[in-house]
Amino acid sequence: MRNVWTIARREFKLYFASPAAYLIAFMTLLVLGIIFYANVVASMLQQFAPSIQVILGPLVTIFLFAIPAITMRLLAEEQRLGTMELLLTAPVRDWELVVGKWLGGFLFILVIIAITWFYPILLNQLVDPGIDQGPLLTGYLGMVLFVGALVAVGVAISSLFSNQIAVYFATLGVFLVLWLVSMPSQAMGAMGGGLLQYLDFSEHYYNTFYRGVIDLSDIVYFLSVTILALFMGSVSVETRRWR
Amino acid sequence: MIQVEGLTKDYGLRRAIEEVTFNARKGEIVGFLGPNGAGKTTTMRILCGYMPPTSGKASVAGYDVVDQSLEVRRRVGYLPETVPLYPDMTVFEYLMFMADLRHLKDAEDQVDTVLEIVNMEDRADGYIGNLSKGMRQRVGLAQALLHQPEVLILDEPTIGLDPAQTFEVRKLIQELGRERTVLLSTHILSEAQQVCNRVLIINKGKIVVEDSPESLQSRLAGAQRVALRVSGMIDDLESLLLNIPGVMRITPMDASSLEFETQPGQDARPEVARVVVGAGYDLLEMRPIGLSLEEIFLQLTRDETAASDLTGEIPENEMMEEG
Repeated sequence: MRNVWTIARREFKLYFASPAAYLIAFMTLLVLGIIFYANVVASMLQQFAPSIQVILGPLVTIFLFAIPAITMRLLAEEQRLGTMELLLTAPVRDWELVVGKWLGGFLFILVIIAITWFYPILLNQLVDPGIDQGPLLTGYLGMVLFVGALVAVGVAISSLFSNQIAVYFATLGVFLVLWLVSMPSQAMGAMGGGLLQYLDFSEHYYNTFYRGVIDLSDIVYFLSVTILALFMGSVSVETRRWR
Repeated sequence: MIQVEGLTKDYGLRRAIEEVTFNARKGEIVGFLGPNGAGKTTTMRILCGYMPPTSGKASVAGYDVVDQSLEVRRRVGYLPETVPLYPDMTVFEYLMFMADLRHLKDAEDQVDTVLEIVNMEDRADGYIGNLSKGMRQRVGLAQALLHQPEVLILDEPTIGLDPAQTFEVRKLIQELGRERTVLLSTHILSEAQQVCNRVLIINKGKIVVEDSPESLQSRLAGAQRVALRVSGMIDDLESLLLNIPGVMRITPMDASSLEFETQPGQDARPEVARVVVGAGYDLLEMRPIGLSLEEIFLQLTRDETAASDLTGEIPENEMMEEG
């Protein structure tokens, strides 16, 4: 476990030393701010109180695009620099490397999420008598689980390439598939439609956490995706050795 | 300390090393000499636990490199050929990171110690990205020494260093080799002869020669390439020289100069000088030039079939022997 922390700490620190990471964090917060502003103005004009969903909804969508940019570096960069050889000949297990990378990226995104708390606080001031606390808390809990799973998938894909641009688009592609996979489920009816619905990321977020509900099956879903992706990432690193 | 038996590694259809077998004891510096692509790096990577062999067995410090890979990695200091560094970390941060990965207790002291050994104390807070090639090489070496490993595996440790640094690093390796096992690879013959107790010559994935530097020296003594320049045209000089015992392979360079090789154990230069002057030429220049590694293989193996295999494989400018 100590190695996991050593690797995670280096990754986490490195984000704060890199302009790219600041840029991604800044753009995420900027776009979120613009959408937040537009939503608040729209709800004022239509005379209804804005809820926490004006923050959570856009934030989830922005993360689909921002997270690949944050995770693309994690293992691909090691391969490009040749430092993979250093890590794979250090007394570190392959899974410790992958989990450490995941933790480093995950912690960085948690910092971004923490900064977005500014918006609910602001919203709370704007709305009388304040916003509903339930969806706020479950929404953020779901967000953390969701982000953990996305970062894990990102790390696994980052182990496959040494080109970061390739990693970005491959990761984004997988995210969009996971995000939209339930779309054809209505047309399919009973024929596996349920399965597709179960596999879909958004189903596990918008129907529960987003509405203030905590469903154990959603927690299990996100945790299993995280663990499965980290496992596949470890296998992928291990197979590099055999090539 | 290092035991290798019948090690073979295939990359897809290409066989990188074949049936490599050797041993290295404690306190021994073993040199791996061979041209680029001979299989030096592959063998070293297997010994460091970076990748498993296709077949064969290897153990380092008593642990099997496949089954007890972590134990091996704890005891080996490895400097890969492309020095693995993070340009956006300072030298100190980088070494501390490696010390943490190796769970060193007095990490800061160890880092200070190795920085002193490689003479980089004053650059500890500089970013690695700003360092010169030679300094990077030294940081890589510091990383390999950090945990005071029993076994050091150094892939081309002096590449990219200037002559003074090369000298320092060779001296350092010799000091380290007294109480450790050092396996180093190089494509410079004189380096292998200077630093190592034993030299393994590897070519096309196979160990061709295993010998001490002294007996390598005696096998090679006198074997060299000599450049000869006379005033005027060479004319029949070529045929005259060929009659001298020990002279072989004459290559005309231009109208008034040629190069020839001498056989090991026979320094034909005095006789050549006499013949040239006796035939009425003015001898302007006779200068020994180093043998390329390819030519050294030819000299050492003296196996005609293996020898014909070698020629034309290695770009000569890359293989030129130092000095």
